[in-house]
Amino acid sequence: MTTSNISWGGRSAVWGRIAGRELSTVAITFFGLLLVTFLIARVIPIDPVLAVVGDNAKADVYDAARAALGLDKPLWQQFATYVGKVFTGDLGKSVLTSNLVTDDIKRVFPATLELATLGTLIGVALGVPLGVLAAVYQGRWPDQLARLIGLFGYSVPVFWFGLMGLLLFYAKLGWVAGPGRISVAYQDFVDPITGVLVIDAALQGEWEAFRDAWSHLILPAAVLGLLSVAYISRMARSFMITELQQQYVIAARVKGMSEFRVIWRHALRNAFVPLITVIALSYAQLLEGSVLTETIFAWPGLGRYITNSLLNADMNAVLGGTLVVGAVFIGVNLLSDILGRLVDPRTR
Amino acid sequence: MRHVAKLLTVSAFTALMATTAMAQTPKDTVVMAKQIDDIISLDPAEVFEFSGGEVVGNVYDKLVRFDLADPSKLYGDLAEGWTISPDSKTYTFKLKPNVKFHSGNPLTAADVVYSFQRAVVLNKSPGFILTQFGLTKDNVTEMVKAVDDKTVTITVDKPYAPSFFLNCLTANVAVIVDSKLVKANEKAGDFGYEWLKQNSAGSGAYKLRAWRANEQYTLEANPDWFMGAPKVKRVVVRHVAEPASQRLLLEKGDVDYARNLSKDQLDSIKSNADIVQQVGDKGYILYLGLNQKNPNLAKPEVREALKYLVDYDSIERNIVAGTYKPHQAFLPKGFLGAIDDRPYKFDPAKAKELLAKAGLPNGFSVTMDTRSVNPITDIAQAVQANWAQAGIKLELIPGDGKQTLTKYRARTHDIYIGQWGPDYQDPHTNAETFAINENNAEDARSKTLAWRNAWDIPEMSKKTGALVFETDSDKRKAGYEAIEREHQKVSPFVIMFQQVEVAAHRKNVDGLILGPGSAANLYSTLSKN
Repeated sequence: MTTSNISWGGRSAVWGRIAGRELSTVAITFFGLLLVTFLIARVIPIDPVLAVVGDNAKADVYDAARAALGLDKPLWQQFATYVGKVFTGDLGKSVLTSNLVTDDIKRVFPATLELATLGTLIGVALGVPLGVLAAVYQGRWPDQLARLIGLFGYSVPVFWFGLMGLLLFYAKLGWVAGPGRISVAYQDFVDPITGVLVIDAALQGEWEAFRDAWSHLILPAAVLGLLSVAYISRMARSFMITELQQQYVIAARVKGMSEFRVIWRHALRNAFVPLITVIALSYAQLLEGSVLTETIFAWPGLGRYITNSLLNADMNAVLGGTLVVGAVFIGVNLLSDILGRLVDPRTR
Repeated sequence: MRHVAKLLTVSAFTALMATTAMAQTPKDTVVMAKQIDDIISLDPAEVFEFSGGEVVGNVYDKLVRFDLADPSKLYGDLAEGWTISPDSKTYTFKLKPNVKFHSGNPLTAADVVYSFQRAVVLNKSPGFILTQFGLTKDNVTEMVKAVDDKTVTITVDKPYAPSFFLNCLTANVAVIVDSKLVKANEKAGDFGYEWLKQNSAGSGAYKLRAWRANEQYTLEANPDWFMGAPKVKRVVVRHVAEPASQRLLLEKGDVDYARNLSKDQLDSIKSNADIVQQVGDKGYILYLGLNQKNPNLAKPEVREALKYLVDYDSIERNIVAGTYKPHQAFLPKGFLGAIDDRPYKFDPAKAKELLAKAGLPNGFSVTMDTRSVNPITDIAQAVQANWAQAGIKLELIPGDGKQTLTKYRARTHDIYIGQWGPDYQDPHTNAETFAINENNAEDARSKTLAWRNAWDIPEMSKKTGALVFETDSDKRKAGYEAIEREHQKVSPFVIMFQQVEVAAHRKNVDGLILGPGSAANLYSTLSKN
């Protein structure tokens, strides 16, 4: 697996071709994404001026705000102006927050990143072994248990789950901290470096603040983690079942290899190739931000930012947020492709 | 497997590590959980939303304030006193000595002139509160003048009722900003607008330390406030959208105040001995608007029938108890000329009679645009059930706030269930929107609520508009009372409730003032043991 007979020159040419192909796909995808989002945001029956001036404004104020947003110009012109600005890195200002959209995203994305990353780690750490066990003990109690957890994760509404989690672990047991990212007492201790609070606190050696931030993070991450456990374990199970029926597994067994090695070393390694894509997709989904989880846990993340902006037709913010989500999907896909190629020798 | 096992151990360990003792809120800080995502700006010339109004009300001072116990009484705030010229057009204000801004700059007549000038020139949403007195960007420096360091005159274009003008000066748009500080932050003649959106330049009890949209704002006490230093050093208000989360935070003591609890949550924390509830009247009116473009709703008998077809008592008891109270006139309690008459009770028999008279004995079908938030949805469903008793089939069209509002403003609804909050503490604000529609054409400049429901009322518009010139306060009051009574009978508005604001707080914290408008929710009297 680590050895390869392909020469370095040949290999870099292959990677170069792949990179070129991916890049042009990325460009087209982004343009399409912008166009569709722009049009959707324009056809929704919400007047964007209302977000700026409110309901009680007089006609002259309303007209001035409409002109300031450029809404009096034809649609194609509005789009052209916007795309032109995006190329210079200017995503415009959000009317809801009065900030540059890029600044807003720098603030809300790390909040979501920290939640999604921990959620996915939990999902992988629990989901993969659960799926493997379910496949090995197909139809027996580990399989039933995995099915139950999967069913639970899929069907229980996340807001209910979040509230029950808060009620139990925060209100009743007091094991974790409540809604919000950090307690008021600690909030000015940590300077933003990466924007990910737990990392920033650790970098600055603010261990009290770290504990506090961690304590706020673990429950919402676990709620998101359960969702990905449900998804990842089901997929891991089905991939493993396929692998366990392969001839190489029979061969390994016939050769007298221990069952443990057969399952965890050989079958799982092969099942991991498709599983990487599954995990990547689930991670990308969490990185979009989970509106309900973020609402219940008062978590100022990307999901709530985009939703709130959309419901107020705050165009720049919606488009900027969508670009980020697009970039995340493309980035994570790319990453899973590369990982897949590294793990699976056949794709080299 | 070894790796997986390691990962499992690590995650189990870290989960355990999360067990921390709960930090209570700091002693010198009051922490509130509140929905504050409506704040789009903190520039007093622009702020027009509930939450932003509360910030401005605590950070800035005005020339005049109303008495919180009786809002129809006015007293000087930054002004020591004032005189009115015999022609009722020029007001002379004498400023209190020794008032300083947070920056240390003394507050002078020049600051007053600058504040009015910028509000009028910027002319954002609340700008009309000043421009309706004939102030324009061209004449404002003529109309608002500094006589000396501590004296200002303001001239208006017509002899308005003094109560009308002075009431408008209690609005947030008329606060006094630190002109030196704001000028230092001006960019390309923007009167410091870009800067003041996110900063403060006031003289009030608190100064703004930080605001992060949709997240939090922090205020810091002004120890040199001319009314005396506030007791609590810092007020932190965090955006917690979900009321259930607000409740948990309050019960655990992680916040001192929860500001948006619903009826159910208020009921369930009643038994908690550590939590106290306080209430204050708010000016928001909850009503149904009946579009007169719909031929059935345009019939006077139908309008009246629908007013008899709402089970006000049951809705109050079961849905909004503690957060709204019954009210059937367009002026909220606390306003000059407000009446407390409630002529309508749930009476399906009477309603059927009226419907028969209108030629609709078997009812009709109609739609209602309904915001998908509570308690609006619940009330709409109750109304739906009430109306079914007279054969009216009400279809609810759910939507988000801005979406239903966009439709309402375009007059393409049948019925809209909405809330209206007064823009300033004078009866004209609600009278104008509920009872004036000067031009019912599609392209009218003034789109009042009467216009939005296509209610063509030239007579009533004239009568209502004339009241801003009634200099005799008693006559003015009687005038509004008469219009409200007529309005109750004939208008296409089924006015049902007035909002009551409830704040739940920990026992060791007290002193929040819940005034009639959000700008009068004051922190300066907060205390914490």
